[in-house]
Amino acid sequence: MSHLFEMVKRFKLYPRQVEWLGFRALAVGSVLTITPIFMVVIYILVQGGPAISWGFLTQMPQNGMREGGILPALVGTLYLTLGTAIFSVPLGIGAAIYLSEYSSDSSLTRIIRLAIINLAGIPSVVYGLFGLGLFVIFLNFGTSILAASLTLSIMTLPVIISTTEEALRAVPQSFRVVAISLGATRWQAIRRVVLPQALPGILTGVILGLERAAGETAPILFTGAAFFLPRLPQSPMDATMALPYHLFVISTQVPGMPIRIQYGTVLVLLTFVLGMNIVATVIRSRARARRQW
Amino acid sequence: MEKIVVENFSLTYSDGAESLQNINLKINEHTITALIGPAGGGKSTFLRAMNRLNDLADVAALSGHLYINGQDVLDPKTNVIQLRRTVGIVFARPLPLPLTIYENVSFGLQAAGERRKAVLDEAVERALRQAQLWDEVYDRLGDSAFAISGGQQQRLCIARVLALQPEIILLDEPTSALDPISTAKIETSLLELKEKYTIVIAPHNIQQAARIADDVAFFLQGEVVEFAPAEKIFTTPKDRRTLDYVQGRFG
Ligand SMILES: Nc1ncnc2c1ncn2[C@@H]1O[C@H](COP(=O)(O)OP(=O)(O)OP(=O)(O)O)[C@@H](O)[C@H]1O
Ligand SMILES: [Mg+2]
Repeated sequence: MSHLFEMVKRFKLYPRQVEWLGFRALAVGSVLTITPIFMVVIYILVQGGPAISWGFLTQMPQNGMREGGILPALVGTLYLTLGTAIFSVPLGIGAAIYLSEYSSDSSLTRIIRLAIINLAGIPSVVYGLFGLGLFVIFLNFGTSILAASLTLSIMTLPVIISTTEEALRAVPQSFRVVAISLGATRWQAIRRVVLPQALPGILTGVILGLERAAGETAPILFTGAAFFLPRLPQSPMDATMALPYHLFVISTQVPGMPIRIQYGTVLVLLTFVLGMNIVATVIRSRARARRQW
Repeated sequence: MEKIVVENFSLTYSDGAESLQNINLKINEHTITALIGPAGGGKSTFLRAMNRLNDLADVAALSGHLYINGQDVLDPKTNVIQLRRTVGIVFARPLPLPLTIYENVSFGLQAAGERRKAVLDEAVERALRQAQLWDEVYDRLGDSAFAISGGQQQRLCIARVLALQPEIILLDEPTSALDPISTAKIETSLLELKEKYTIVIAPHNIQQAARIADDVAFFLQGEVVEFAPAEKIFTTPKDRRTLDYVQGRFG
């Protein structure tokens, strides 16, 4: 500390000292940033940890959800995530391939890109209302896993499209030229050379998009989420319970709810979402380490 | 026999500058033709025109004729995929695909639909031998193509083209990123390869052209100033500018 005072007294810092100070400041900033995250995670672990048991994950809720487990909400979130993946992954990757590999820079593609950027900025409740109008009512899917998955897909698409486009653009143009110079078609060049190289980036985008879908409440609120169901959904046309909505329900709608179960549910949802995030991070860093260009 | 006949060929990129103006050339089978000239003269542009790789670039206008085996490859009806199998190209930097050594060499054949393992194996070995690379990599064909040296990578790129059994091989300054020993190896293989193929090369310097070329075309600002047998270009060129260039007075 006296060292620091010395420097301030002289009021003239050498570049090395400026660097020393700068790095310390950045380090403090970083710690400040991650502290709240750690505090939240630790708090939830402490509060929700005791609720977690095999039974909590595999039992139906009992006694007005004040006892028992969260199985239908957990399964519902898995179904919704899977349903979202089925629609948004092929469509999103296909759109990204079209935009970055096939389309030229026309006014049409500029409008499409603009639309994608704007889609990403729309509040999620608007997606919910849109899904209600289009899928639930107009297409007559009812409040169902199908309608909710489609709604979540529309919300997820911009994330998948833009991250996939980014991953494709990161693959050097020379690979495409070389493949084509060897008599490959554009599609062969993409499938055999470009896509395998872009795959880790694409997977990361897909997971981040699905992770967002898994944690959202508003888009499924009017399109597929159920307050309580005595049994698991039997078909895509059934409504379903889901973790984020279940959490909302047990936190605000059920009097006398044990706090332990609320935090247990938070912990499961957080694990689900953070788990996906970690998988994405691992895929990305592994691919970086292996990449040779 | 005339393999490549170019008549009044002009090419303009969309930025407006005419990069090739009225090119006329006749290239014989089983020869090495060197395209020399200062930077920006249009050598790369001309090479890429021959297998229509310029289709990928911003070309605004094309005119004239570019016959290969008597067929005008500029004809919109040309099967460009087939053309690129007949006219292979090697680039200035070694550009292996992010695949194994084996997959790099078999890439073109697999793209052409060849699935039989025996045929692919045979083609890979033959191509690697022709490119003088077999002895150095036969025991690690499954390794990444990035795991070998730059000189080996460039010979791999040549093998990759040879595997398709093309008729014409284009090389755009193929040794510019290589050391003298790798360069010598590639020059030796080119001299062997011309027995079977027709080779057009933009050499990476005039000495290289002198060492390997049968004919030389001098490209200057999009025009072919002079096209003649190598010894004529290097000793008694017709055009003053050619003489200045080969004697190192500009460029
Ligand atoms: N893709 C492109 N788009 C627009 N202009 C181009 C493109 N490629 C080349 N040119 C222009 O065409 C002219 C000829 O270039 P080219 O690369 O064919 O010359 P070069 O003789 O191969 O030169 P170097 O010896 O530097 O390789 C140059 O003026 C260049 O700027
Ligand atoms: Mg060039």
